[in-house]
Amino acid sequence: MKAPAFDYLRPSSLDDAIKLLGAHPDAKLIAGGQSLLASLNLRLSQPSHLIDIGRLAELRGISVNGGVLRIGALTRHAETMASPEIAAHAPLLTQAIHHVAHAAIRSRGTFGGSLANADPAAELPACVLALNATLVARGPSGERRITADDFFTGLFETALAPDEILIAIDIPVATPDGVHGFQELARRSGDYAIVGLAAAGKRSGTHLSELRLGWFSVGTKATLAPKAAAALIGPAASLARASEMLAEDLEPHDDLQASGATRMSLARVLLKRVITAMEVAA
Amino acid sequence: MIDISLTVNGERVSACVLPRTHLVDFLREELCLTGAHLGCEHGVCGACTVRLDGEIVRGCLVLAVQADGSVVETVEGLSDSGEIADLQQAFIDRNALQCGFCTPGMLIASQDLLKAGGVPSREEIREHLSGNYCRCTGYHAIVDAVEATAKAREAAR
Repeated sequence: MKAPAFDYLRPSSLDDAIKLLGAHPDAKLIAGGQSLLASLNLRLSQPSHLIDIGRLAELRGISVNGGVLRIGALTRHAETMASPEIAAHAPLLTQAIHHVAHAAIRSRGTFGGSLANADPAAELPACVLALNATLVARGPSGERRITADDFFTGLFETALAPDEILIAIDIPVATPDGVHGFQELARRSGDYAIVGLAAAGKRSGTHLSELRLGWFSVGTKATLAPKAAAALIGPAASLARASEMLAEDLEPHDDLQASGATRMSLARVLLKRVITAMEVAA
Repeated sequence: MIDISLTVNGERVSACVLPRTHLVDFLREELCLTGAHLGCEHGVCGACTVRLDGEIVRGCLVLAVQADGSVVETVEGLSDSGEIADLQQAFIDRNALQCGFCTPGMLIASQDLLKAGGVPSREEIREHLSGNYCRCTGYHAIVDAVEATAKAREAAR
């Protein structure tokens, strides 16, 4: 279908964008538009205005400062894929980004857009959970920092206020003892996953610590599995027990692709693959 | 209506568009460049693939107003310039198309991979074309054509 009618605004600064967002409560922000335009074409969304922030230089750039990797919200997936800073300091993202859609979509889709859209089947929300990232938003009263743990509140819902804009993502840089893993199962390369796992932690010898397991396409939002992760920490780690604990951490949904029971079974397969690849005793 | 100005296949174009007009509809209906096809209209099939500022995009997931000031290239432009003449001939030689609906998108996506240089593996070719559906060929002949073109270009370097 064709998108419904809307007005189009292209503010020249972030402050102007925030003002426009406040003035038009039924407006939507557009950055890369790779999810929004599809939902408009399907008439799943009918905003009064699109506020195009795609050209705001303030939201661009990748930098490292004081042990923190900052990724500007408008960083396109193709830029994430090619960034040496991201490969060095958040290699989980470099691995995961290859699974995000296709080349013709990665050229437009943005890091911040994927997070703010909060699709439960998207890879990046689970990645920022695993990486213990902090999301930086700006509204009329200034900046606010929101932990990834608090950011994703439900199906396509986030902790952003209606007049706030996600401007950057802060990620603690990977340390030499850092480990990560990423796996997803999808029908076609680049499609939304049936189930997926982004994991990050630290390894000492054959033991893991600070492990965070970020799941996507399992339930209504990207979700951490703290009980399964706890079962994989330290010398008493047990993959079998972690696998059992997933039932307490996750609430897999049924849909046309797979039943909840199938998803849980596949989640256990992915957990085994990711942890085995980390070469730890479990 | 919003005024836009962009470069399409090397020519400056100015127009007045509704904000909801997709780039591919603008190209097809305003400029009569009907090479880019409309398949699914929600970013899944890849038939509407065009080049925007040097990178491939879904023509159905970009608004014409977003392309204001940009450089757009379509399969017509790539054909006229001769940039993909060898790739097109390889598609013909290997029967890498039947109905042809997906072919413009396949050509532009393939060229996006080929212009990086070298000879990509068949896996890499399939991965790069994973966002383009073909419902006729089963893809094998398309991968053959892309691989043959890569090898021929490499040999001619």
